[in-house]
Amino acid sequence: MKSFTYERARNPAEAAASVLRKPDAKFIAGGTNLLDLMKLEIETPAHLIDVNGLALDKIEPTAEGGLRIGALVRNTDLAADSRVRRDYAVLSRALLAGASGQLRNKATTAGNLLQRTRCPYFYDTNQPCNKRRPGSGCAAIGGFSRQHAVVGGSEACIATHPSDMAVGMRALDATVETVRPDGATRAIPIAEFHHLPGSTPHVETALSPGELITAVTLPKPVGGTHIYRKVRDRASYAFALVSVAAIVQRDGTGRVALGGVAHKPWRIESADSQLPRGAKAVMAELLSGARPTRENAFKLSLAERTLGAVLTEAKG
Amino acid sequence: MKFESPATTNPIDQLKIVGQSVSRIDGPLKTTGTAPYAYERHDVVANQAYGYVVGSAIAKGRIKSIDLGAAKAAPGVLAIVTADNAGKLDKGRLNTAKLLGGPEIQHYHQAIAVVVAETFEQARAAAQLIRVDYAAEQGAFDLASLLDKAKPNPITAGPADTAVGDFAANFAAAPVRLDARYSTPDEAHAMMEPHATIAAWEGDKLTLWTSNQMIAWNKAEMAKILGMRAENVRLDSPFVGGGFGGKLFPRADALLAALGARAAKRPVKVALQRPLMFNNTTHRPATIQRIRIGATRDGKITAIGHESWSGDLPGGKADGAVAQTRLLYAGAHRMTATRLATLDLPEGNAMRAPGEATGMMALEIAVDEMAEKLGMDPIEFRILNDTQVDPEKPERPFSQRQLTECFRTGAERFGWSKRNPQPGRVRDGRWLVGIGAAAAFRNNLLTKSAARVRLDNGGIVTVETDMTDIGTGSYTIIAQTAAEMMGVPLEKVKVRLGDSAFPVSAGSGGQWGGNNSTAGVYAACVKLREAVAQKLGFNSAEAEFADGEVRSGNRRVPLAQAAADGGLSAEDEIEYGDLAKKYQQSTFGAHFVEVGVDAATAEIRVRRMLAVCAAGRILNPKTARSQVIGAMTMGVGAALMEELVVDKRTGFFVNHDLAAYEVPVHADIPHQEMFFLDETDPMSSPMKAKGVAELGICGVAAAVANAVYNATGVRVRDYPITLDKLLEQMPDVG
Repeated sequence: MKSFTYERARNPAEAAASVLRKPDAKFIAGGTNLLDLMKLEIETPAHLIDVNGLALDKIEPTAEGGLRIGALVRNTDLAADSRVRRDYAVLSRALLAGASGQLRNKATTAGNLLQRTRCPYFYDTNQPCNKRRPGSGCAAIGGFSRQHAVVGGSEACIATHPSDMAVGMRALDATVETVRPDGATRAIPIAEFHHLPGSTPHVETALSPGELITAVTLPKPVGGTHIYRKVRDRASYAFALVSVAAIVQRDGTGRVALGGVAHKPWRIESADSQLPRGAKAVMAELLSGARPTRENAFKLSLAERTLGAVLTEAKG
Repeated sequence: MKFESPATTNPIDQLKIVGQSVSRIDGPLKTTGTAPYAYERHDVVANQAYGYVVGSAIAKGRIKSIDLGAAKAAPGVLAIVTADNAGKLDKGRLNTAKLLGGPEIQHYHQAIAVVVAETFEQARAAAQLIRVDYAAEQGAFDLASLLDKAKPNPITAGPADTAVGDFAANFAAAPVRLDARYSTPDEAHAMMEPHATIAAWEGDKLTLWTSNQMIAWNKAEMAKILGMRAENVRLDSPFVGGGFGGKLFPRADALLAALGARAAKRPVKVALQRPLMFNNTTHRPATIQRIRIGATRDGKITAIGHESWSGDLPGGKADGAVAQTRLLYAGAHRMTATRLATLDLPEGNAMRAPGEATGMMALEIAVDEMAEKLGMDPIEFRILNDTQVDPEKPERPFSQRQLTECFRTGAERFGWSKRNPQPGRVRDGRWLVGIGAAAAFRNNLLTKSAARVRLDNGGIVTVETDMTDIGTGSYTIIAQTAAEMMGVPLEKVKVRLGDSAFPVSAGSGGQWGGNNSTAGVYAACVKLREAVAQKLGFNSAEAEFADGEVRSGNRRVPLAQAAADGGLSAEDEIEYGDLAKKYQQSTFGAHFVEVGVDAATAEIRVRRMLAVCAAGRILNPKTARSQVIGAMTMGVGAALMEELVVDKRTGFFVNHDLAAYEVPVHADIPHQEMFFLDETDPMSSPMKAKGVAELGICGVAAAVANAVYNATGVRVRDYPITLDKLLEQMPDVG
């Protein structure tokens, strides 16, 4: 771990401004991912700006009938919120499928969105990784790729985004609210928030330098049956091989997003429209153009079978 | 004391304290955080500096150059040791690869440097500044591609090739035959406490406060590696946070702490970083196994053959997967073969039931498959082929063998009769449900073990032996033994373990620790009883030791009085005659597992488990049960998730942390039942006990595999049984 300086920010604009003054600075909230990465020198910030004191820890109704989730709301609190459980159950279930109780107590909403891939080659600094050292190559391609992306990958990177929460938010059409160092705010649709790897897998999100997430907003509830089904090798504390976030209405229409298959939560709105025709029809569109490796080709049929089971469950 | 004839009645048979479910006497220390592990022993020596280990970034080749400049100049750095400045180092007798590599590199993450600094953070930061220029060479990393090149290799349990009768002819002639190939992956011990050592020099004397299973072995090994006289090395390892065979031999933490302390001229502590452990230390090697069984139509095995291939570094050892097949089932014509390929992966070595666990993973699937071919119940097939004698030497009986009783008892308790023999027929909501069984079988090993016992004038009995407690309960069963022998309550016994200054014990490994170490304490207590009797004027043969008194006829004297004018001390060692040659000593069990397999996703979840074990006298049912259910848990890991994944291009285990190397978590393990059959084995020792800790893992994975087959009709012969291996053949879902 490299030595670093540390400050506690008092308000969002100050935090954003401070990070811009110190080029190698990073924000820290729960630290459940960043500190591990710093110990391995995968992340080497020279300065940490602790944002835990920014009072962004409320869940409030929005004027549009939705919910505004502060960036610092802990995963445990978000999953347990009665409004989330009632109106956005897919999010609550996704959160509870992730990590462990101890981690969820510490992990924040914004931090969860920004967690980095769990690709083992990313974690081993002896190995080439375009995400960690741009231009060095990708060891996962041709290597151990069972957990990796089957769709949306590139010649440079086949890592997946590990979050469950983000998959639930993608199904809910959440919006990420930010503030920039100059005080300007913007709202980024979750669909545009995470990037595909392309030739720049180290550029993972739409955030510009110094930009700070302040909240995630959920639109007005859409009703329906909310299911989050996470498939993994052990019953707890494991990243998804495939996960399915689904909201299914009584008439069979709805939305579906996948985790564990791509560099970002994976949803294609036109595939949603296939839901009444069943899992096969959805996946034909959602996973079209998939380029799995020999080791993870099973994810294609696994995703389809899992969605099939989810749709059966939704019919009740 | 030499144990040469079967045990007769002795004070242990009173079973006032031995045989009782006593809670661990070290439990309060553990639960209050006051049982310090090696890295936490802040009080043993002042001024401890911190070492951080650098592992090789290549699997095979040479270090062309190391640039230590920036690291040396980093804040707090006291010393950096590499092969260049470490001085002459020998290789340990028990290690295959060197603990400090360079310039030649033998495997990935082989230690190549230790950085010593004032703080851990400084040592780590400086270590990350070291720049190494390697000349990598292509190595051999893929066992499956090297089967033809593998060479015969003897294993601990016997020669590379064994043959009885004419296997080939009788297998060919058998009316019902199975010929199948199985594989088990490389596995990591993944114990909770990493390898860790604090080292301090005083002149030419070295003390290592460390985490180790076998104190005497490692004292000798460290002396050999460092070119020292053994009497100048002291090891102290009173608490060990798990080992599973990964701490049988010295590892880099101990050597690098010693070298770091010498270079920095002050005490140094080193713990292996978790991401380093998987490639730096030893692991259970992968195997590829072929099993052939021939039987008559009525289910009598006539021919049984087991071949196993594994790989290791040059000079390494083969996994002993075939060993149990020589003894488990009857059959006149038999063969085993063990082949070893040269691999440039990290060193393969012992892990809980080494050989037995991997062999039983394959054999007990094969037996299930054979039963199905015969149209027989798999338990009845096993019972039909049970044997009370060594199948290779019929004149040599088992000392005790209750395999059939284990199966019968287990079948009754588990509800085996409700099992549908047709696979894929039982459904519970989204789950396909299946039941499987497998034999558990591990030998009982006898090895000498010494202890010293002291009585003080307060009536306190203190036991000292270099035996270790690796989480198993050694403290407790040793205290129970001394209490029973000396006729005092448990609170009057103090047990001190793990110090090489104490008499040499059996140590912890091969499930030999419990029986042998307590037998050594028994021997020392017999001597102490004689000394007490003599001091108090009793005839030692008649004296009864009970309730803190020595009694004979009408005379009773407080035990403490024997030590009134100074303590009484006795030391002895249990040694063994040839009873283990005349009688095959083994432990047996039957595992029962119910799994659910999700009909859509093929996720496998264990729903119920039962083990019935017969393993001699159970010295403490509570700690023994803990050992068995822990082993069952580890067996579920082996069955369903544990695999060190080899990157065959560059030669290392890719998933080298606890996030990526999955072991079962609480949510994976249902209620586990386990039951010991009544047994005493007078051939094993005066304790009449045997080991249980490795018995528990043998066969579990196969029971899971057989249950998965019963649930789904899909037979997976390559561990771990992950959902991707089932998915293609699962029923369609709507």
